[in-house]
Amino acid sequence: MEVIALGLSHKTAPVEIRERLHFPEKGLSKPLELLGQAEEILECLLLSTCNRVEIYAVAEEVERAFSYLTDFLSKYHQVPPEIFQGCIYALQGEAAIRHIFRVASSLDSLVVGESQILGQVKTAYTAALEQEATGVILNNLLERALSVAKRVRTETAIAEAPVSVSSAAVELAKKIFGDLSGRTVLIIGAGEMSELAAKHLVSDGVRTVLVSNRNYQRAVELAERFQGRAVRFEDAKEELLHADIVISSTGAPHFILHRTGVQDLIHKRRNRPLFLIDIAVPRDIDPEVNQIDNVYLYDIDDLEAVAAANKREREREAERAEAIIDKEVLAFSFWLRSLDVVPTIVSLRKKVEEIRQGELERHNSKLASLSPEQREVVAALTTAIVNKILHHPLTELKRCATLKNGHFYVEALRRLFKLEERN
Amino acid sequence: MSLALFYLALVFYLLGTLHYLLFLLIRGLRTGRVASGATLIGFFFHTLSLLLRLYEAGHPPIGSLPEGLSFSAWAIVLFQLFLEHRHKSQILGAFLLPIALVLGSTGAALPKRIEALAPALKGFWLWVHISLSPFGYAAFALAFGTGLMYLLQERQLKRKHLGSFSLKLPSLELLDGLSYRSLSLGFPLLTLGIITGSIWAQYAWGSYWSWEPKQVWSLVTWFIYAALLHGRLSLAWRGRKAAILSIIGFGFVLFSFFGINLFSPGRHVF
Repeated sequence: MEVIALGLSHKTAPVEIRERLHFPEKGLSKPLELLGQAEEILECLLLSTCNRVEIYAVAEEVERAFSYLTDFLSKYHQVPPEIFQGCIYALQGEAAIRHIFRVASSLDSLVVGESQILGQVKTAYTAALEQEATGVILNNLLERALSVAKRVRTETAIAEAPVSVSSAAVELAKKIFGDLSGRTVLIIGAGEMSELAAKHLVSDGVRTVLVSNRNYQRAVELAERFQGRAVRFEDAKEELLHADIVISSTGAPHFILHRTGVQDLIHKRRNRPLFLIDIAVPRDIDPEVNQIDNVYLYDIDDLEAVAAANKREREREAERAEAIIDKEVLAFSFWLRSLDVVPTIVSLRKKVEEIRQGELERHNSKLASLSPEQREVVAALTTAIVNKILHHPLTELKRCATLKNGHFYVEALRRLFKLEERN
Repeated sequence: MSLALFYLALVFYLLGTLHYLLFLLIRGLRTGRVASGATLIGFFFHTLSLLLRLYEAGHPPIGSLPEGLSFSAWAIVLFQLFLEHRHKSQILGAFLLPIALVLGSTGAALPKRIEALAPALKGFWLWVHISLSPFGYAAFALAFGTGLMYLLQERQLKRKHLGSFSLKLPSLELLDGLSYRSLSLGFPLLTLGIITGSIWAQYAWGSYWSWEPKQVWSLVTWFIYAALLHGRLSLAWRGRKAAILSIIGFGFVLFSFFGINLFSPGRHVF
């Protein structure tokens, strides 16, 4: 009885292959139903995102299950196996368990630490539950995976440092202003990049968006998208007095903001801090401006550098996350092994035998008067009773173990007879 | 007994300080929780010790320099716990608890004279005077701590070098606001402390003001904070400038608090 995982991801397969094997989120019930009818696997779960297609399953015969699942992918999507076979990874046991833990914790993601994957795992789990495709083992595995992901998120800083340029800008703004709600952002020069940065800022609470552009019509269009206000290019300097964050990306061939100008501005603002984001190339703002107190100037390279440093930070944190996962994998395999039928039978037999022996010894003095032959008969008699009682439950247990949810019986037995946990 | 409780409190403050510093270096929920927990337990013992001392001595537990230090440390931890709870930021503790620990330990290290109160140390105004001052000191310690954090955070932002450390520092806006608020609490307390002190001096020594070293230093400190407050209110000073001044100001506070007593004892017992 093993947990297995078979699939491909952005690490092994190009998008041309991934998209051909993709299962749409809404259409998971049909493939899950088909998988549920297969004899080769006992439980299964389908995880399909734009970066990965993976099937998790519980199987008796691992190799047979692997070839069945590959076959299934090929047939279901009508893609010949030769096309994707080279990209497939097939994991079993601890490797499979570790894989789902790493996936859920976003350690296997394209951007390590991104939060989307957790929701996708949850969706996949819910879909499998609805189809009753999972059983004791995968249910427990998924519950564990979700809690491991939560642990990683809270105990490491893996998801904390923003790794894209525009989210880095938001993070910097928060370091300066704290809460962004009620702040004003002024966009000078409407462009794709400035729009993206503004979008991030607005979703983090920035209230007022002012847009200024040489082509006024373009400013009006962009302002409408943010329910903001368009400002004539000549009046932008006036608005600098009120803005907290300025995103500049004009096509001007020279600086449009100089040190002396900003110094005056800050004086007029009564030293209220100003965050200048210069994403224009060539730059719009004289880098000297950063020397002024209460002014923070970041150009595109600075933002890239922050994002890159954050990426390295995440990678360091990922190592700590791996350590957490190692422990969790161990704990889960331990639980899984306790569900094996054979050791359970062995320990049950041992326990009953101990009881038999104990009782015989307890009555040793009363049996002293018996002849050796008679005593042997007593011993054989007790053994026969024990075996007769155990016979049916054990046969039944062996049979059920190969069925879906057979582990319920094992767990029930262990609990009823108080069989100790084994290492 | 009260002394034993005080030592116990210091042990917990030490434990808390170590964990706060560890919390700065490595992140960890558990580290932060231990730090806060240790501080809280330390504060509990500290409070007990002060109450017991009040009961034993029959007057507020601030009759000597060690007691004054202990009480100031207590006030600092009180502020810290309040702010930590309010702003959900544990990093403040890393900058405040060490100050409380140093003040407390200095108090513990000074020789204990279990003597009767100096005869001058009686009267209503005196108790007002010496009960207010520790809170003023604690407020200035807070301004110092937030000022230091401001400078750190500002430096990282200006240099565009954001280490993992900075991930947890509060925003500049919050730090500056806290610094301002602690100044507006500390300054009136200092002013009141000086006024009640001189009223009491009139009763005890016969003159409101005698240019005694401690009085002079307190006045200098008062002028520094007055300048800072003025700068903030009418010249819109903020951020860096204000942070630097509140750090310098706290240096003067420390010196007039106990530096003076060590170097040139005046009539002030502490």
